[in-house]
Amino acid sequence: MVAVIDYNAGNLKSVCNLLKKLQTDAVVVKDADSIRRADKVILPGVGAFGDAMTNLTQSGLIPVIGEVIAANKPFLGICVGLQLLFEGSEEDPDIAGLGILSGQIRKIPDGSQLKIPHMGWNNLKIKTGASLFQGIDNGAYVYFVHSYYPDVTDKDIVAATTEYGITLDVSIERGNLFGCQFHPEKSGDIGANIVQNFLDL
Amino acid sequence: MLTKRIIPCLDINNGRVVKGVNFVDLKDAGDPVQIAAAYDKAGADELVFLDITASSDNRDTVTDMVEKVAENVFIPFTVGGGIRTVEDFRRLLRAGADKISINSSAVNNPELIGEAARVFGSQCVVVAIDAKKRADDSGWNVFINGGRIDTGIDVISWVKKTVALGAGEILLTSMDADGTKAGYDVPLTRAVVKNCTVPVIASGGAGTIKHFYDVLTNAKADAALAASLFHYKELEIVDLKEQLTQMGLYMRIS
Repeated sequence: MVAVIDYNAGNLKSVCNLLKKLQTDAVVVKDADSIRRADKVILPGVGAFGDAMTNLTQSGLIPVIGEVIAANKPFLGICVGLQLLFEGSEEDPDIAGLGILSGQIRKIPDGSQLKIPHMGWNNLKIKTGASLFQGIDNGAYVYFVHSYYPDVTDKDIVAATTEYGITLDVSIERGNLFGCQFHPEKSGDIGANIVQNFLDL
Repeated sequence: MLTKRIIPCLDINNGRVVKGVNFVDLKDAGDPVQIAAAYDKAGADELVFLDITASSDNRDTVTDMVEKVAENVFIPFTVGGGIRTVEDFRRLLRAGADKISINSSAVNNPELIGEAARVFGSQCVVVAIDAKKRADDSGWNVFINGGRIDTGIDVISWVKKTVALGAGEILLTSMDADGTKAGYDVPLTRAVVKNCTVPVIASGGAGTIKHFYDVLTNAKADAALAASLFHYKELEIVDLKEQLTQMGLYMRIS
């Protein structure tokens, strides 16, 4: 059973629709026990870091999230769900993140020709052997919509990057902890394959 | 490298895709889910659904359609047509739409832009603008109500205002070019792109591959939208993208 955490931070439906299409037993959960019982956990999220962190705090689920990640349960953070795993964000400097991953969420620099948010299809430079990207060609396109990105301290856990003015870290893999800054649930067949790889772990 | 986007637009009447010219002589063209899935397979980067149903009683039909599309198609899609309130946004986003487009209601009630952006995020708010050249050629005016009413508002000042209020993207239709198949309105699009810090989707006038190339390079539009060109299969998206790639543009090719 895959638990998709509902903490009032959006895009639950899209993720669940894809999981349903992939014929996975997925349940939207709001309580700690369901998360503990799940085989795999997904933390989605759109919107501002601060709002999402506040909602997550209010949900009371922060301890169980720490618990399952420490126990190496397969865990996937998507978009803001990935960002919350880090120490903090330039978007809301007064609000601390979960601190499970070392690094800060930074604003994407707006060069002379670049529009913010980074919105649309961009291609991934994939680290060889990255589990989420098995069977996916280097250079595959996925869909992004974000103004902030994770600046990962330990580059060894960076599973994929993309270019948008600068190199952006956009996916991580540390043991069974995974994250995607892009939206696999909106990235067509490639996105479906990425999620399938997570489900197949 | 971020690619330019090719976006088919589907007109919806009573929950069915329709084909027609300027909302006249509408012919049923099929089931939205099937057509959306076909466009996805054909390489569309995003989809826009425009509800042109005359009656405003069909909220449930549109919501149903959005739910079904979201269950079957996994690329971003925008829904527009008759959206007036934050509740409309909520209902459609919850049903699975990624972005909501507002046109006349943005002009009639600009606060809606900011309200929706605050609650759902700017990335969900698309402001669609129909623009027509002024008689003295000094610029373009914004039209509403399906292009029937000239608001007298200058398009550049309106674009700046909507972005300041929180619009995340602009969907710009040239009324002069629309339906002509003689090319997108490059001067209009260029002027808007120059004055706009959010992505701009060009719409109206597409007829050939070169038209797409022109608006994406000379006008620097971020995306190009077309309806009948794709519906009537006058141009296949796969061919379009391959050609544009050969001409030097970055496109998503599967």
